[in-house]
Amino acid sequence: MSLKNRRVVWAYIFLLVPLAFFLVVRAGPTIFAFDVSLRAFNPMAEIKPYVGFDNFARVFKDIADPDHVTRKAFENTLKYVIIGTPIQLSLALGIAMLMNSIRRFRTIFRVIYFIPFVTSAVAVAWVWRALYMPDFGFLNLVLGLFGIPSQRFLFDPNQSLLSVTAVVVWQGLGFAVIIFLAGLQAIPETFYEAARVDGAGRWRLFGSITIPLLNPTIVYLAVLQTIAFLRMFAEVVNLTRQGDGGPVNTTTTVVLRVFREGFGSLNMGYAAAMTVLLFAMIMVISIIQFRLVQRRVEY
Amino acid sequence: MKLHKYALFAVASALILAACSGAAPTAPPAAAATPAPAKPTEAKPGEVITIEYWQYNFQSRIDVMNDLIKQFEAANPGIKVIHNSEIPNADFQAKIAAAAPAGVGPDVATLFNGWLTGWVNAGYLVPLPEKDFPPADIEKNFTTLVQGTKFQGKYWAIPTAVRSLALFWNKDMFKAAGLDPEKPPATLDEFVEYSKKLTKTEGGKITQQGFAVEMTGQAHQWFREVLTRQYGETPFSADNKTLNYGSAKSCEAFKWLTKFETEYKTGSNDLFDGATTAFTNGKLAMHIDGSFRLGALNSAKGLNYGVAVLPTKDNIKANFGSFWTHGITKKGAADPKRMEAAVKFLKFITTPAAGTAWVKGTGELPAQLSAAADPALAADPKLGAFAKQMSYSVATFFVDEAKQRQNLIDAFDAVRLQNVEPCKALADAVKKDQALYDEFWAKNK
Repeated sequence: MSLKNRRVVWAYIFLLVPLAFFLVVRAGPTIFAFDVSLRAFNPMAEIKPYVGFDNFARVFKDIADPDHVTRKAFENTLKYVIIGTPIQLSLALGIAMLMNSIRRFRTIFRVIYFIPFVTSAVAVAWVWRALYMPDFGFLNLVLGLFGIPSQRFLFDPNQSLLSVTAVVVWQGLGFAVIIFLAGLQAIPETFYEAARVDGAGRWRLFGSITIPLLNPTIVYLAVLQTIAFLRMFAEVVNLTRQGDGGPVNTTTTVVLRVFREGFGSLNMGYAAAMTVLLFAMIMVISIIQFRLVQRRVEY
Repeated sequence: MKLHKYALFAVASALILAACSGAAPTAPPAAAATPAPAKPTEAKPGEVITIEYWQYNFQSRIDVMNDLIKQFEAANPGIKVIHNSEIPNADFQAKIAAAAPAGVGPDVATLFNGWLTGWVNAGYLVPLPEKDFPPADIEKNFTTLVQGTKFQGKYWAIPTAVRSLALFWNKDMFKAAGLDPEKPPATLDEFVEYSKKLTKTEGGKITQQGFAVEMTGQAHQWFREVLTRQYGETPFSADNKTLNYGSAKSCEAFKWLTKFETEYKTGSNDLFDGATTAFTNGKLAMHIDGSFRLGALNSAKGLNYGVAVLPTKDNIKANFGSFWTHGITKKGAADPKRMEAAVKFLKFITTPAAGTAWVKGTGELPAQLSAAADPALAADPKLGAFAKQMSYSVATFFVDEAKQRQNLIDAFDAVRLQNVEPCKALADAVKKDQALYDEFWAKNK
């Protein structure tokens, strides 16, 4: 075997480890979940009979019922995506552009924005819980300075979902900023100079150069953040009282429902049916978004 | 290009899925879940049978049980008991559920009485052998609460100790508000008056709460089993098939409860990190909670509190009883020798003596009447209130405790946060509960 071949063999051997990990820890359970979704699956029972698509029928029936908690979970999850993703991306882009235009302290800002991202979601959630506390929480003290009456944030059904979204946006912001910053720095300065010579204003530069050239970055981040919002769990569990996705189910998510139904009520089949639906949703959304990024970038 | 890959992936997963469902047997996945029964040979002298016992993590319970196990092993040298008590209360059922398919887990398990029907339905527990635990003896010697766990005509579990609810009040706050610190409110009307008097506000913010409804804690139990009765309703039909706690009478009780937040504004579970924390930290004057709270409250510094029987209405007394009970699992029953050891162990930890040890360590009352009748208990300034109420406490027949609890929490929140009409919110919640019962009874004819 030539040296080159031997190297290649070793490379494959090392790559086998993550492959095995993927198959055992990711692919295996995923396929198992499909199987579970077709059974009346009580994990404590020995007999877990197949029931065809009964679980799916129940999930769809519950989604059709406007008062059902499963319906709320799907609604909320979509709200998180629709509200959270655009806010997160536009904030991150704005911050990245500001950071791109400064020279000094850039590293410090980068660190500041990135720290929340590497902090555990649980720790972040509990700190925010304290900040959000009604009456005597920090945010309410600040509002009080401006004469604004005390808000209940996480305890108010009208504010709870936005309050949770804000925490998630804040936590993921650093990552998006770093990626945007890299994207911005990859745009050659000469493009801007040439456009300025032709008399283009700031907004024209932004709309005709920055945005089109950032398109791959934007879509990449949009896909990532959308999936993150669709899979939200830890934040809601730790931000809401007893992790119940309240008040009145206004913050509950599909994954939280899966957990409650599967492990709380031991309806693993129903829970698995919801995960399969979520899987399908994530797949469809990802395909659509990847198709958008595939549009050729014209220089 | 990309799309093709996804299509390929989708087809592949569909194929694998089809293969899985085709190949997997519809019958129980062999006896893999239960270890193969050992050959029923005579126990050799010196042979040690090991059984596993699981309960949730709660320090005082662990300590008492460790003591009991030590005594048991000394009396039964042929049996060794492994005590697993690492799992937090909230994860306990989930961990059991995760262990069961792997064929591991307890031979004797401690479970919340509200879970029993679910565990029996799953086939996880075996009935208590009637020769070792004669039903007549259980009914004669144990508190009537235990009869609530008779299911399908059999007893599946038996407790060491039971709990009830009581009124906890902060004596220092009573004194400061000009109330007699030794006289807690005796009726629901007094309770409202006292709550108002004990509430302090500053600039529109509550700084001291008179009473806060902790729906996520014990308030839903208090409402379901106690307040409804005091308002003239019977919350469950005798056969536990029809739920009445959504009725017009029950709604009067529910309204009474919601008014603390919507009208009197004497406090809220949203403030001070929840009512239990608020009471522990001296921010709440009156609290409804169970005997299991005594341990934590006794270690709270500077808290001067008393425990009284629940306030009554029209002289109607009622209380909610609950308990953690012990059952033998299918795994324990799979091997006759382990089953024998499990039965011995179960008998040992449910004697009156065990109950007496238990109440000293945990504040939960002995389940055996002879131990519960100890005059020292009734005379105890803290435990006395619980002991006095034991005779009329009722254990709820839950079919899905987690969901039933959540439905009442949601109803209460809908009233106080979304201005939903109380009777409508309650009726909606009970309708959901009733659907759970209908489904349950359809499966358990």
